[in-house]
Amino acid sequence: MPRDSLITSENDIDIGLEFAGDEDEVSSFQEEHERERHRAKRRDGDREKKKRRKGRRRRASRAGEREDELQARHEKREAGRRKRAKNYQESEGRERDEEEQAQIKTGKTAKTKKNIKNEKTRKVEQEEGEAEERNAKGKKKHGSAKKEEKDEDGGKCAAKEKTQEVKKKKHKRVVETSSEQETSEEDVNEEEDSEEKELRPESLSPEELEKLKEAVDERKKLIQGLRGKPWSMKKKLVTLRESQEFVEKYEGALGKGKGRKLYAYKVMMAKKWMKFQRDFENFKTACIPWEMKIKEIESHFGSSVASYFIFLRWMYGINMILFGLTFGLVMVPEALMGRPYGSIPRKTVPRAEEASAMDFAVLWDFGGYAQYSVLFYGYYNNQRAIGWLKFRMPLSYFLVGVGTVAYSYMVVIRTMARNANESGVGDDNSFNFSWKTFTSWDYLIGNPETADNKFASITTSFKEAILEEQESRKDDNIHLTRFLRVLANFLVLCCLAGSGYLIYFVVRRSQKFALDGLDTHTWWERNEVNMVMSLLGMFCPMLFDVISALENYHPRVALQWQLGRIFALFLGNLYTFIIALMDEINLKREEEKIVKFNITTWEASLYNSTVSENSTGPPITIQPADVPRGPCWETMVGQEFVRLIISDTMTTYITLLIGDFLRAVLVRFLNYCWCWDLEAGFPSYSEFDVSGNVLGLIFNQGMIWMGAFYAPCLPALNVLRLHVSMYLQCWAVMCCNVPQERVFKASGSNNFYMAMLLVILFLSTLPAIYTIVTIPPSFDCGPFSGKKRMFDVIQETLESDFPAWFSKVFSSASNPGLVLPFILLMVLAIYYLQSTSKSYKEANVELKKKLQTQNEENKKKNKRAALKAQMDLEEARKAASQTAEQQKNNNASLQDQEADEEENHSSSQRLYHGKNRRNPPAPVREQGLPATRAPVPRNYHHGNHGAPGYLPGFPRQSEPRMHRVPSLQRH
Amino acid sequence: MGNKQTIFTAQQLDAYQDCTYFTRKEILRLFDRYRDLAPQLVPLDYTNHPDVKLPYELIGSMPELKDNPFRQRIAEVFSEDGEGNMTLDDFLDMFSVLSEMAPRDLKASYAFKIYDFNNDDFICKSDLEKTLNRLTRNELTEDEVRMVCEKVIDEADLDNDGRLSLEDFQHMIVRAPDFLSTFHIRI
Repeated sequence: MPRDSLITSENDIDIGLEFAGDEDEVSSFQEEHERERHRAKRRDGDREKKKRRKGRRRRASRAGEREDELQARHEKREAGRRKRAKNYQESEGRERDEEEQAQIKTGKTAKTKKNIKNEKTRKVEQEEGEAEERNAKGKKKHGSAKKEEKDEDGGKCAAKEKTQEVKKKKHKRVVETSSEQETSEEDVNEEEDSEEKELRPESLSPEELEKLKEAVDERKKLIQGLRGKPWSMKKKLVTLRESQEFVEKYEGALGKGKGRKLYAYKVMMAKKWMKFQRDFENFKTACIPWEMKIKEIESHFGSSVASYFIFLRWMYGINMILFGLTFGLVMVPEALMGRPYGSIPRKTVPRAEEASAMDFAVLWDFGGYAQYSVLFYGYYNNQRAIGWLKFRMPLSYFLVGVGTVAYSYMVVIRTMARNANESGVGDDNSFNFSWKTFTSWDYLIGNPETADNKFASITTSFKEAILEEQESRKDDNIHLTRFLRVLANFLVLCCLAGSGYLIYFVVRRSQKFALDGLDTHTWWERNEVNMVMSLLGMFCPMLFDVISALENYHPRVALQWQLGRIFALFLGNLYTFIIALMDEINLKREEEKIVKFNITTWEASLYNSTVSENSTGPPITIQPADVPRGPCWETMVGQEFVRLIISDTMTTYITLLIGDFLRAVLVRFLNYCWCWDLEAGFPSYSEFDVSGNVLGLIFNQGMIWMGAFYAPCLPALNVLRLHVSMYLQCWAVMCCNVPQERVFKASGSNNFYMAMLLVILFLSTLPAIYTIVTIPPSFDCGPFSGKKRMFDVIQETLESDFPAWFSKVFSSASNPGLVLPFILLMVLAIYYLQSTSKSYKEANVELKKKLQTQNEENKKKNKRAALKAQMDLEEARKAASQTAEQQKNNNASLQDQEADEEENHSSSQRLYHGKNRRNPPAPVREQGLPATRAPVPRNYHHGNHGAPGYLPGFPRQSEPRMHRVPSLQRH
Repeated sequence: MGNKQTIFTAQQLDAYQDCTYFTRKEILRLFDRYRDLAPQLVPLDYTNHPDVKLPYELIGSMPELKDNPFRQRIAEVFSEDGEGNMTLDDFLDMFSVLSEMAPRDLKASYAFKIYDFNNDDFICKSDLEKTLNRLTRNELTEDEVRMVCEKVIDEADLDNDGRLSLEDFQHMIVRAPDFLSTFHIRI
C-alpha cells in the first residue's frame, strides 16, 4: 500500500494545484495529508449531496416550464463556454494533458452524476442574469420565449451527450490503468468538473480573470443588496442560491500562484467575518428591550405616542452607558480598592450626625450614611493611586466626568445627523396633497378606535386643506387677534418671571432654614425647593394651555408655541435653581474659610494639649468622626441634584397616578350614576401628552448631565427611574389613556426634540464646566482636595506618570502660540463648511426653482399646444365651411370662387384649386371630407391621428395635449 | 439561542436572513405568527418547502392588518398569485418590506404598487379616488375627491401625462417627511 498512497498523494498535488479554484478555498491551501484526512469524511457527505442533487434534478425535470427554460438558457451559455474551452485546449497543449489526467481520475459512478451537478450549478448561475432581465420584461412575456427555448434545449442536450461520450472513452482508458486512485479521487473530481477547463486559473488570461473577478464581486454585491430588491421571495431565494454557488465555485479560481493562498485566506476570513456579523446582529436585536411593548402601544396609539417610548428607550440606552462609565471606573474601584468606610474623616459620618445617620428621613434626603458613601463626590479620597492595580482614582474621576459629557454630545449629534438624513428634505409645501394622500395613513395602527380617530383626522385634514386651497383664510378682526396674542405673550412672560422669582425666593429661604438646622422645620419647609419646582413644572404648562386658547393659532403652530413656552419655563427654572445654588456655593466657601481657620486652631490646641500632657508618648489617635471638617460644597450640589431628581420622579409618577389613573377610574365608574356622560363629556379620559412627556424627559436628562460630576450615582438613579417609568407609563397609557383625536406628525418633530436635547446638554454642561474650572475644590473632601483647581489632576499625571519629554511636548503644545492658530484653523474650517453647506442649499433651492419653472413651462406649452390644436380645428372647420361655400360658389360661378381663394391662406389649397380649376367640384369634395371629419377623431382617438393640425415643433407632446384638448373644449 | 428548532434548516434560515431584513429570531417569530393563523394548515416542518397558502381572509384578519384600509391591496401586492393568498415566503417578504430596516426606495416601490389599484403601473385618477375613499371612509364629497385628485396629479405629475408613474411617485415620496415612519409595521 505505501506505493499506492504515494501515487495518490502525487496526484493530489497535481490536482490540488490545478483545481484549487474549484475546490473549497480552504482545502486549496491546506497541506496535502491534511486534505487526505478530510477526504474520507467528505466523501460520505458528497455522496449524500449527490443523492440530493439527483433528487433535485428529478424534481426539476418533473417541474414546469420555468426549470426548462432555465436549463435552456444555461445550455446556450454552456455551448459558448465549451467553444472557448476548446480554444484554450488548442493553445495550451501541455495543459490539456494534465487535464486528461484529471479526467481520468473521475470515478465511474461519479461520472453521470457529476454532469448532472454541472448542469445544475450552471443553470443556477444562468437564472441569476436572467432574473434581472425578467424583472424588466415582466412575467407575461415569458410564455412565448419559453417554448422556443425548450426546443433549443432538446438540440443542446443531444450535443451534450456527444461530449459526454467522448469523455467516457477517455475515461475508460485510464480507468484500467489506475483503478485504485479513482476511489480516492472521487470527491475531488466531484467538486471540480472536468468539462470546465476554463476554470483553471492557469488557463485563464488576465483579462478573463479580471472579468471573472468582476463577476464574482458583482454577485457578492448582489447577495448583499438582495434584501433591498423589490422581487418576490421565491425569486430572491433562487437568486441567492445561485449567486452563492457561483461565488463558491469561482472565487477560488481567482488567486494565482502565491497570491492564491492569500486570496483564499482573505475569502475565508471574509466569510467568517460575515457570519460573525450576522450573529452579532442577531444578538444585538435580541438585546433590544421592550420591542413588543412598544409595538402594542404603536398599534393602539399610532406612531406619535410610540415615538415617545422609542425616545425613552433610546435615553435608557444612553444612561446605561453613562452608568457603566461611572459605575465601572469610579464607584466600584473606590468601593473595592479605596480606603474603607471610617478610615479617614471624609469617609465617616461626623459625631454630631451619628445618632440620626441611619434614620429613613435622613437617608431619604441623602444625608447620613448616604452622604458619606460612594454616591457622592465628598467620599472620594485624594490618594493618587489606589489598590494593587495602582488605579489613578482622581484622574479617573475627572476623565469620566469629561467622558460622560463628550459621549453624550457625540451620541446626540450623531443621532441628529442620522435623523436629518432619514427625514427627507421635505419642509416645503409643494406636495401637500400628495403627502396627505399617500403618507397620512399610519400602517402601525392596529386598533379599531385609533383607526376611527385616524380616519376622522385624515378627513378633517383634507377638508381643511381644501378650504385653505379654495380661499385663503378670512381674517375676521386682525387687530383683535393681534391684541390677544400680545396679551397672551405678556401673560406667559409674567408667568415665567413669577415662577423664576418663586424659585429664587424659595431657594434663598431654604438656605436660611439650612443654617438654622433641618430638624427645626417641617417636612414641607425642608422639601420646599423641589416641590415648588415640580409643581411649577406641572401647573404652568396647563396655564399656558389656557392662555394659548386666546391666540387662535392653527393647532400645529399652537403646539410649537406651547412647546417653546414650556421649554422656556423649564430652562428658566433650572437656571434660577443653578444661580441660587451658586449663591449657596459661595456661602459654603465662606464657611469653609472659617472652618479652615478653626481647624488650624483646633489642631494647634490639640497638639499643645498632647505636648503638655506627655510629650514622649505615642501621638494620640483621634476618631475620624470627631475631626472637624469643611462644608464640602460639591457634595451639597450633588445632593441637591439627587433630591431634585427624586422629587421630580415622584411628581411625575404621582401625576400619572392621579391625573390619569384616578381620573380614568372615576370617569369609568361614576359614569353609571352621573347626570351627564362623563366619558364623552367634560372630564373624559386623558390623552397621552407626547410633547410634555418628551420635554420632561429632556430636562430630567439635563439635570443628570449637570449633576453627574458631583454625584456619581445620578446615572444609576436615572436608569432606575427610566426603567420604572417605561413600565409604569406603558401600563398607564394602555389602561387609562385614549388615542389622540388630532394626531400630529411624529417624525417631523423628531429632530426638533433632539435639537432641544442638544441645547439642554449644552446649557447643562455650561454651569458644570464653570464650577469645575473656576471654583477651587474643597480642602478636605473629594478626589481633588488639596489642589488649586480640579483640572490640575491632568497636569499632575503628566508630570509624574509620563516621561519628561511628553509633558514638555504637552506644555509646548498648550502654549498660546500654538493654541491660538489651532483655534483659528478650527474657526476657518467651520466657516468654510458652513459656507459650502450654504451654497449647497442655495443650489438646491435653485434647482428646485428650475424644476418648478420647467414644470410650469411644460404645462404652459401643453396649454399652448392645445390651444393651437383648437385653433387648427377651428380653421379646419372654417375651411370646411368655406369649401362648402366654395362648392356652392363653384356651382354658381367661377369668379366668386377665386375671390374666396384670396381669403383662404392655405397655399396648398390655393395651388390645388389653381390647378384643378377645370373640374372644381370633384377635388373640392375630396378636400372637404377630411376637413369635416378631422374634429371627430381628434376628440376620441387622438393616438392614431397623424394630424394636419399638429405643429412640427411639438412632436413629443402629442400625448399630454390629447388630454388637454377635450378639457379645453369643455370650458 | 436554542438550536432546537426543526422548522427550518440552517441554510434556509441563512437564506431568509439574506433575503429579508429579519434576524433569525424574528423569522422564527414570524413563522409562529404565520402558523397561528391556521395551525391546522401550516406544518411545523418547512425543511422540504411544503406548498402551503393561507387565504386572504386569514391574512387580513391579523391585528396588524385588520384596521388598515389598504389591507387587501397589501395582501394582493405581496402574494405570488396576486389574489391575497400568501405563502410563508410572501408573508416574510411582506413584513420585511414593511419593517423598520427596509430602505426608502424599496418601501416606495411597494407603496406604489399598493396604491396602484388596477395594476397598470400608473397611479391614475381612479386609483387616487379609491385611495381617498379608503382613507376617509367615503366621507368626502365627490367634488372634494375630484379636487384632491386633481391637486395630487397637479403636484406630483412631472411628465404631465395625467397620471403618476413610479418615478413621479418616488420623486414625491422621498421628500415626504413621515413616509418612513408611517409605512412600516412592527411585528
